[in-house]
Parts: sequence; C-alpha cells; structure tokens
Amino acid sequence: MSYLELYGDLVSTPGALLPIFHRIQERLGHVPEAALPEIAEQLNLSRAEVHGVMSFYHDFRSTPPGRCVVKICRAEACQAMGADALVAHAEQVLGTPLHSTSADGATTLDATYCLGNCALSPAVLIDGHLKGRVTPQRFDALIAEARAATQSGDHA
Amino acid sequence: MIRVYVPRDSAALSVGADDVAAAITREAARRGAAIELVRNGSRGMLWLEPLVEVATPDGRVAYGPVTVEDVPGLFDAGFLQGAVHPLGHGLTERMPYLAKQERLTFARCGITDPLSLADYMAHDGYRGLRNALAMDAAAIVQQVTDSGLRGRGGAAFPTGIKWKTVLGAQADQKYIVCNADEGDSGTFADRMIMEDDPFVLIEGMTIAAIAVGATQGYIYLRSEYPYAFDVLNQAIAIANQANWLGENIQGSGHTFHLEVRLGAGAYICGEETALLESLEGKRGIVRFKPPIPALKGLFGKPTIVNNTISFASVPIILDKGGEHYRDFGMGRSRGTLPFQLAGNLKQGGLVEKAFGLTLRELIYDFGGGTASGRPVRAVQVGGPLGAYVPASQFDTPLDYESYVGISAMIGHGGLVVFDDTVDMAKMARYAMEFCAIESCGKCTPCRVGSTRGVEVVDKIIANQDREANITLLRSLCDTMLNGSLCAMGGMAPYPVLSALNHFPEDFGIAARELAEAGA
Repeated sequence: MSYLELYGDLVSTPGALLPIFHRIQERLGHVPEAALPEIAEQLNLSRAEVHGVMSFYHDFRSTPPGRCVVKICRAEACQAMGADALVAHAEQVLGTPLHSTSADGATTLDATYCLGNCALSPAVLIDGHLKGRVTPQRFDALIAEARAATQSGDHA
Repeated sequence: MIRVYVPRDSAALSVGADDVAAAITREAARRGAAIELVRNGSRGMLWLEPLVEVATPDGRVAYGPVTVEDVPGLFDAGFLQGAVHPLGHGLTERMPYLAKQERLTFARCGITDPLSLADYMAHDGYRGLRNALAMDAAAIVQQVTDSGLRGRGGAAFPTGIKWKTVLGAQADQKYIVCNADEGDSGTFADRMIMEDDPFVLIEGMTIAAIAVGATQGYIYLRSEYPYAFDVLNQAIAIANQANWLGENIQGSGHTFHLEVRLGAGAYICGEETALLESLEGKRGIVRFKPPIPALKGLFGKPTIVNNTISFASVPIILDKGGEHYRDFGMGRSRGTLPFQLAGNLKQGGLVEKAFGLTLRELIYDFGGGTASGRPVRAVQVGGPLGAYVPASQFDTPLDYESYVGISAMIGHGGLVVFDDTVDMAKMARYAMEFCAIESCGKCTPCRVGSTRGVEVVDKIIANQDREANITLLRSLCDTMLNGSLCAMGGMAPYPVLSALNHFPEDFGIAARELAEAGA
C-alpha cells in the first residue's frame, strides 16, 4: 500500500519530515511502520534517519489509539492543584494505566507536560479539546460526554 | 444592536465559553434582543473565565465566571444594559487586576476580535511596521537596541545585538524563526498572544525580516496548542490577503513569507538549536555553539530566533520609540514582562507589569493568595528549570539580575504557586524525572545525570544512607550545572537544589544537619 497520496504535496517542503508525520497521523490516527521506508525513499533519507525522527517525538504513535484520547497534564502547575490524584482517578475509571490503551480499545490515556492552561489547572486534553479545572467528578462527566459524541459521530 | 463579548481564548473555551456564547445567542433570539456577539481574546483574568462583557455607553461591563445556567438570569437582571448582578464586576477597565497593569505587549489582548484586521488597525496595529518601512535597516535595529528589550523566552539575551549580528551577516538567504514552543509549566503568555492578538506577532516578525533582510519566516509552535495553530493560520491568510505578508508588502518592495510549523511533543525543542534541527525535519538534538544561529542557523543560514513575546514587543517599540519602552523597568531589565500567575492561586491569570515588582505583590495583591486557602509555601519561578522560591525571598524585586543574585531566574515570567501541602522532595524528584524524560540525550551530564538524580533523590526519601546521598546529589548537580551542553541539564539542578536548600525538612534533615553536610 502506498501512503504517498496522503503527503505527496509535502515532499518538496523544506524540512518535510515532521509535517509528513503530522499529516499521516492526522488522517490515520497513527503513523504505520510500513509507511517509513517509502517516506525515506521520497525524502532521500535512510530508513534509520526516518525511524530516528519518528521515535524521538512523543506525539507520533506507530499503533492506532483508542477511540477516545485523553491526555492529562502532569506538569507543576497542575500538580499544585491535584493532577497526581486526577491521574490515579483516571487510571481507575478508564481501567488502563498511563501511557496505554484500554483493552476494549475505548480509551487511550496519556500524560502531557503543560497545555498552557496553568491558571485553570488541572488541565486535560480530550480528543483535542482543552478542559480546565478538571476535578475527578468533572472528569467523569467529560469522559461520558466525549464517548457520547464519539458514538454519535459528531465530535468536532 | 448591543455588543456582547465572549472570549475565544482556549482557557475560556476550556471552561465552557463556546456553550455560554451559544446560550447567549439563543436567549437573545428568544427574547427578541438585538445583539452582536463578538468572540474576543481573553483579558487575562483567567479565574473569571468565561468572562462576558457588554458594551455600554460608559464602557465595557464585565460578568464572570458565567455558566450556561447563569445566562437567563443575566438577561432578567438587564445585563445588556450593564445592570448590577452577583456575577458583575463593573467596568472592565476599572477592575483593579487590570487597572494596575502596564500593558504594552498585551495592549489589545482581550479588547479586540483576534481575527479582525480592521479591529487590529483601529487599535494602533501596523503602526510600528509602517514606521519601520520608512526607516533604513540599521535604524530599525537601533530602535530595538535602544529599547533594552532582552529575550523573553528566558535567556534574556539583548534582542538588538542578535538582530545586529544577523543584519551584518552576508548570505543569499536569511530566516526569521519564532520560538513558540512554550513548554514551561506555568506559562501561557505566548499562547495568549497567538490566540488573542496574532497580528502583533506577525507584525513583529515582519519588522524583524525587514530589518535584517530575511524573506522567509517560521513560527515553530508546540503541538499542545491546537487552537493557536488554527488562529495563526487564519491570521496569516488574512495578512497575506491584505498584503501585510507576501510579495512587495504595502508596495515597499519587501517580501516576507510566513509559515507555522508544528512541533511534536518534545520539550527540548524550546532550546533554539534543537528547534532549528526539528524545523529541518530532524530529531530535536541540541547543537554545539558556536556557530551561533545568528550566523549559521536554519539550513545553515543566518537566522533570528526569538521568543513569541520578544517579537510581539517589537511593534510597540517601533510605534512609540525605543525610549518609550525603555522607560519602564529597572536596572538592566527594561520594559515590561507578562507575568503568568498559575498553580494554586485564587486569581490566576496574566499580569503585564514593568520589571521591579515583587513576588509578594503578584501572589497576594494580584493572585489573592492560594485557591485552597492554605498558606503559600513555595513558588516555582521560570518554569520546570527554575528555582523554588521560599517566602523569605518574596520581596526580592523581579528583575533579571536580582534573581540571579538569589540563584533563581525569572525566565519566561511564569509563577507556579504551591500551598503548604506540597512535598518538596517529591518536587525535586519530579524535576530530575522531567529532565530524564525530555533530555535530548546528546550530552552525558543531562542524559545520565537526570536518571541518576531520580535514583539518588529516591534513596534520600527512603532514608538510605541519607547524608552521603545528599552529598552525592550536590556533586551530581554541580556536574550537570557545569557540564551540560544546554540549559536543560544545566538548569534542572536549580529546582532540585533550591528545594533542598530552602526546604531541607522535606528531605528528612534539619537545617542544622544540612549545614554540616556541606551546604
């Protein structure tokens, strides 16, 4: 399978590799390992270089995420308002430890380090939507909302 | 037609601003009230978000924090006429939190619609660039030098000197790069400028391009800021269409193309040389210096790399003159800094003030003390690589040099407040852990030192040979401070050592023992 149709317009861009990874992940939800040899060939790079860049950055994933992606900020400002307790709560409620996807594929739970919402901490990113002042109770409500939106297929 | 403002800043959105905006529109339609809803930026009084404002003949009146449930009641009370309501704060401009600020860089923030070029122009936008277009390159750089502006990303290098170096470099291509990889916890000023007044950043970068003869610019934006990404792309498209970007800007003969590039979750890419590597499509590995980026930067060409707030401060300097800007501040810290009040605070938000005020003023006068109501124990100033400042140092004036004097740094102006429930040994461990997660791995003190640091702090916490391990931790910090290639490993010891020195009891030792252990 060729992935070129996803990113062909970016090949001649200076410093194209990150934009290409972002494009593929935006469209497919992840960057399949199988895409790397072709990208290497297109950019005239070695496969090792392409793999090296892919694995350096926290954002890029080589396997599909869960249907709902939750990122909890673990940085200092959120810690000052109970982020550690929120992480523990989320792990329990979602039934999956940090940096993993639940067995039923419903949710991926990840850590992030600062979402720039430090005055309204703890902050969480749910399917790309920023949420502030997230107490455990509010977390449960937001997850329910996100799941309902995913099911009805109208999540922005 | 009554104008109602509901912010579109992502902090406001994170607590329901879109829903509130929809509820106001719905309620107005239901009651047959003619309103014009403007999605403005945030005023920076973030604890009051969503902060709804209504334009009245006397000025804008503020209400907040407004929830969807509050909306019918606000209409009942007559908020469209600026009437009194339990959520009301009177005239926005007179609210003490705002009235006491000195807003230069953030002058328009929260007042205008971020994506209205007309609004931007009506509030002094593009006056700086217009002036710059009538000046020669050296004179533009001179204004920036005269202003005393120093890099707002944290390193505080004089901006004018950097520009002068790039101006003097001979090359077929030069670049302007904005470091918008605002990864420090407790900072959101870059994000606010990009979301709430994006044209000021575009204008500042354009002035830089004209000053040094660059034709291509990049904003390297962290991927954690998806809203800023959208706003910037829209603003760039608008600026291109109005010929404030692109070929032959306003008939001046100058060309400047601007593009936003997304990072991918690597904190180290906020270090300027790692950022350049990343922009080139590589791993974000720190480069050796020299050569400095001003001479050999992006793709090996002379490059200005400045922080978002540095660029955003340039338009007002070119508009009102370097001297106007220099008249604010103290010592060698000239102008203003947008302080960001975060963490455990009642009134978190953005406070732009001239250098020289104190943490005490920021925490208590502006911040109103902790959100938890408990005493403040420590404030981390300047991000995850900044020191933990104890109450005994809250009266040190906030300027670059005074902070160096207490082994701390102002950095990007972010403050994270902790109450007395914080465990400082845990925070020291976290500083090392964060460094281990985010180290680029090029130099040994940072790559290995941070992991060993976590282990040593764990042993101290577990009371395993405590005194010897404290000595070892100090020695390790010394190696990292002096032997690391960049500020990541070179400054990670600041939070660790400040936690140890100011809060030894959290490490299981009395202050006296600490002194004996060679503090």
